[in-house]
Amino acid sequence: MASVSLKNVQKNFGDTLVIKGVDIEIEHGEFVVFVGPSGCGKSTLLRMIAGLEDISAGDLSIGEKVVNALPPKERGVSMVFQSYAIFPHMTVRENVAFGLTIAKVPDAEKNAKVQNAARILQMEHLLDRRPNQLSGGQRQRVAIGRAIVREPAVFLFDEPLSNLDAALRMDMRMEIANLHKQLDATMIYVTHDQVEAMTLADKIVVLRDGEVMQAGAPMDLYLEPDNQFVAGFLGSPAMNFIQVNVSELDATHAMVIGPGLAPTRVPHRGRAHTAGQSMTFGLRPQHMWPAEDGKLAGVVGISERLGSETVVNFRLQDDSSLIASLGTDQIFTPGQTVAFDFDPETAHLFADLK
Amino acid sequence: MREFVPSAQLMLGTRYLVLVLIAVIFIFPLLFMAMSSLKPNLQLLTDTESMRAFLPVGELSFDNYKAAFSRAPILTFVFNSLFVTATTVILTLLVCSLTAFSFVFLQWRGREIAFSMIIATMIVPFETIAIPLLLMVSKLPWLGAEGFELGWLNTYRVQIIPWIADGLTVFLFVQYFKGLPHEFIEASRVEGASWWQIYRRVVMPLCGPVIATAAILKFLVMYNQYLWPLIVVQQETYRPVMVGLQYFFQYNTAWGEVMAYLTMITLPVLAFYLFLQKAFIASIASTGVKG
Ligand SMILES: Nc1ncnc2c1ncn2[C@@H]1O[C@H](COP(=O)(O)OP(=O)(O)OP(=O)(O)O)[C@@H](O)[C@H]1O
Ligand SMILES: [Mg+2]
Repeated sequence: MASVSLKNVQKNFGDTLVIKGVDIEIEHGEFVVFVGPSGCGKSTLLRMIAGLEDISAGDLSIGEKVVNALPPKERGVSMVFQSYAIFPHMTVRENVAFGLTIAKVPDAEKNAKVQNAARILQMEHLLDRRPNQLSGGQRQRVAIGRAIVREPAVFLFDEPLSNLDAALRMDMRMEIANLHKQLDATMIYVTHDQVEAMTLADKIVVLRDGEVMQAGAPMDLYLEPDNQFVAGFLGSPAMNFIQVNVSELDATHAMVIGPGLAPTRVPHRGRAHTAGQSMTFGLRPQHMWPAEDGKLAGVVGISERLGSETVVNFRLQDDSSLIASLGTDQIFTPGQTVAFDFDPETAHLFADLK
Repeated sequence: MREFVPSAQLMLGTRYLVLVLIAVIFIFPLLFMAMSSLKPNLQLLTDTESMRAFLPVGELSFDNYKAAFSRAPILTFVFNSLFVTATTVILTLLVCSLTAFSFVFLQWRGREIAFSMIIATMIVPFETIAIPLLLMVSKLPWLGAEGFELGWLNTYRVQIIPWIADGLTVFLFVQYFKGLPHEFIEASRVEGASWWQIYRRVVMPLCGPVIATAAILKFLVMYNQYLWPLIVVQQETYRPVMVGLQYFFQYNTAWGEVMAYLTMITLPVLAFYLFLQKAFIASIASTGVKG
């Protein structure tokens, strides 16, 4: 059984702390995706789990055992790198078999495993080629093949699809999802692509500056983000934010008002504390519709007609810019005044982001 | 007026012309050497006044070669040089690549300082350490077939061992290793390879170009050894080719024989160079990755 658990894990490079005490619990068989903007420490965290980077403080356990001091080969993990890292001087077969050759697995067994991996990844016809005779997507398969033949308990992926074009990325995403179903292994997957995160994950861990902002099931994070960062990170186009003031509040709802926002009673989820408090109001672009007496009034900037949807950008009195995404084709002219309405229950209130 | 645009063919022709000219400049001394070795002494000297020096004309024979063989034990010299050179090149490549590997891929305290010290050895000319080194090797012990002995003079090992550790070769490997994608090493580690396995199965197979470069440079240094063997080898049995050249300047200098000797000792260098060039191109072709 390979659960992975991080307890107050920290990492410093010299004097700079880049992982600032991270707690994550990953159950056996879970597909966990680390997301976050560039430089937030996703790769560093993954490399610490792999054993390629020392752990400065805290405990990392794999399958109930603290592995802080173990070298990579004793951790039972395998890793797929962003740059694939397949060996150019070996054939595909030799590349895939590399870990087994190192472990001195008998030839018959090794061949059977390589064949099986090749079948799963549909690359049996490529086995005798060299990496320089492969396309990017095929190389990616080889890298994944090398990772799966050893049947590790934990798979680590560091942005494995970021070098592929959009169509191929979608195919490979589905293959990785399938692989996870077939293999009964724990997978930890790093990406900064929120679509990959939403579609693949059992659990998403959103990171920012070396800290966990929120962890949970994709839809939970999407529907109930704990903070403005998570709310803005998941979903496309990103959630709209405007500054508002709380005028009065009860246990569940707060009355808020802002420039361009008529007084509205929205749920505060325990995050509003006093009347007069300044807060950030969040509303997803998909949750608005144009209406004569809408609560949000502004002037249209640019609008994009995508056929099945219309994305319109408009500005409120105080010049803050919002985006509405409408599920039908509609025509807006720049400079036109508009009003949008929304269901207050779909709005969010957050403490102001530091 | 139309502007003059050189055609692709003209450009190619010019390029070939320049290359041929350069090749000729480099080949002339060799040609002079090889042609002269076939000519009698007198004709050799008069031919130097004209282009005849580079042409196989006049009275040609292998007499100079016969005379050269009777003047010096050439085969012994060539064997000694090749043996010393080959052994040193192989050991240097092994030792220096391992040293460089530890500098680039292993974390150990003081490795920056150790590396800069090794680099510093490159600027010390050999002449300045020749005498201290002589004093050292003359007293060093060795456990040979006949038991324990003292002093390394008049041996192969004295021509080989002091030359194995080599700052330039370490430097070349360090530079090359640094250019290898770090993920290759990391992937190997995750796949369970030991450092030795990473060195042997992953890193070295990707090192064709630098191995060829380092081998050629070291080969030339070792094959051209003169001062050191002159000091530490007095016996003919261990003498290398360059010291052997002295035999042809004792008593009367026969230029024909000198040229014959030089021609013979140049052949191994050319052969080795051509061999490595082929291996070099093959290794680039097999390890090259696009993208
Ligand atoms: N070897 C290192 N030495 C010093 N700082 C480092 C080192 N490796 C990473 N960092 C720093 O640690 C932080 C996290 O880097 P990391 O590579 O984990 O980011 P990431 O989330 O993977 O970003 P990306 O999405 O761009 O890959 C960055 O600020 C980076 O500059
Ligand atoms: Mg990264």
